[in-house]
Amino acid sequence: MAGETPISEADLHAYADGRLAPARRAEIEAWLATRPEDAERVAHYRESATQLKARYEAVLAEPIPPRLERAASGRPRRWLEGASRAVAFAAGWTVFGAALGALAAWQIAFTRQAPAAALENTAIARRAAVAHAVYSPEVRHPVEVGADQEQHLVTWLSKRLGLKLKAPRLDEAGMSLVGGRLLPGDVGPVAQFMYQSDRGRRMTLYVRAENAPHRETAFRYARENNVGVFYWVEQTCSYAIASSDLSKEELLSVATMVYKQLEP
Amino acid sequence: MNEAERLVDLIPRLRRYARALVGDRSAADDLVQDTLERAWAKLHLYRRGTDLRAWLFTVMHNVHVNKVRATRVTDTLDDEMPELALRPPQSDALMVRDLDRAIALLPAEQRSVLLLVTLEDMSYEEVARALEIPIGTVMSRLSRAREKLRALMLGQGAAAKLKVVK
Repeated sequence: MAGETPISEADLHAYADGRLAPARRAEIEAWLATRPEDAERVAHYRESATQLKARYEAVLAEPIPPRLERAASGRPRRWLEGASRAVAFAAGWTVFGAALGALAAWQIAFTRQAPAAALENTAIARRAAVAHAVYSPEVRHPVEVGADQEQHLVTWLSKRLGLKLKAPRLDEAGMSLVGGRLLPGDVGPVAQFMYQSDRGRRMTLYVRAENAPHRETAFRYARENNVGVFYWVEQTCSYAIASSDLSKEELLSVATMVYKQLEP
Repeated sequence: MNEAERLVDLIPRLRRYARALVGDRSAADDLVQDTLERAWAKLHLYRRGTDLRAWLFTVMHNVHVNKVRATRVTDTLDDEMPELALRPPQSDALMVRDLDRAIALLPAEQRSVLLLVTLEDMSYEEVARALEIPIGTVMSRLSRAREKLRALMLGQGAAAKLKVVK
């Protein structure tokens, strides 16, 4: 091709990042076709960018720690937080890092020594998956009380579980409330809320009251047959979100939405 | 939407960048918290209608640089000086560990450029503004970051295995 602009290092990066106009992109492609070494290098740039993105993607969906939400709303930090962090910083990065490493190791050891707690946590995932598999295919009776009586449903379930429940709004995820039902759990009543998209994809939210205060956990994912479940434990109750229609990513984004709305 | 709500909305992205920048979760969240607090203190400097995200990343960059300066034993921010890697392995997947390790070994200045381009999808101009450096510097740091990453990823398979044994 006559009169083409010389190709610079910056062009190769812009090409790898997909930032070029189609015409220029074609020029770079033609250029790379004759230079296998550069082509390989650029392919690696691309690939590592994809890996990097994938590696940190999950952070976006993590529940937001309350201290960050407070900071974002301009509320002051709690005094203890400031104090403990001041100590950490005074100790410097190296010591801080070593302490974190030790803490992480201790936590791993602790989790390994506590199979009972872990088992208990997976139990909720299994129960939520079974409840989902039983009721979500129902055409005529998917729920006991429909969304048209939402207030009644929420009051009823709250009373039976002894918790202040709320049916989260999931319009943002394209899901609307179908209704809910009361189910027997291993220690007491459990609430199940069912949601559905306009295309008929279903998702259920399973809520169980915890009578003893619990150690809170982060989001966990489990799969029972073809039902995916995200679950997490809070001090007074556990939640599980189950669906066989939604992908793991969709389910996680719904779980995050639910978590945000139900956070005490 | 007011600034507080927009700040809350941006938390996940700030956390993602911080996690990749700093390595471990709680240190990354500390950085995000400091950034948000600084942002509130400096909100009068933010010009309404301009890109709040870009402004926040500038704030975060400055907070991070100051922290590193204040807490670092060796005070070099030299491009050739690898930072201490403080990341505990978070997964058993060797590939992930290699990537984490490789990123941790990039000089801080190159790492920020690479992460803003890759994770935040910022244009090179936006990166230049966010980090307050000329665009030529953005390109040269990006180039060096990628070359170093490539060398580390291609060459460290054996080294990584040796590490695992311990």
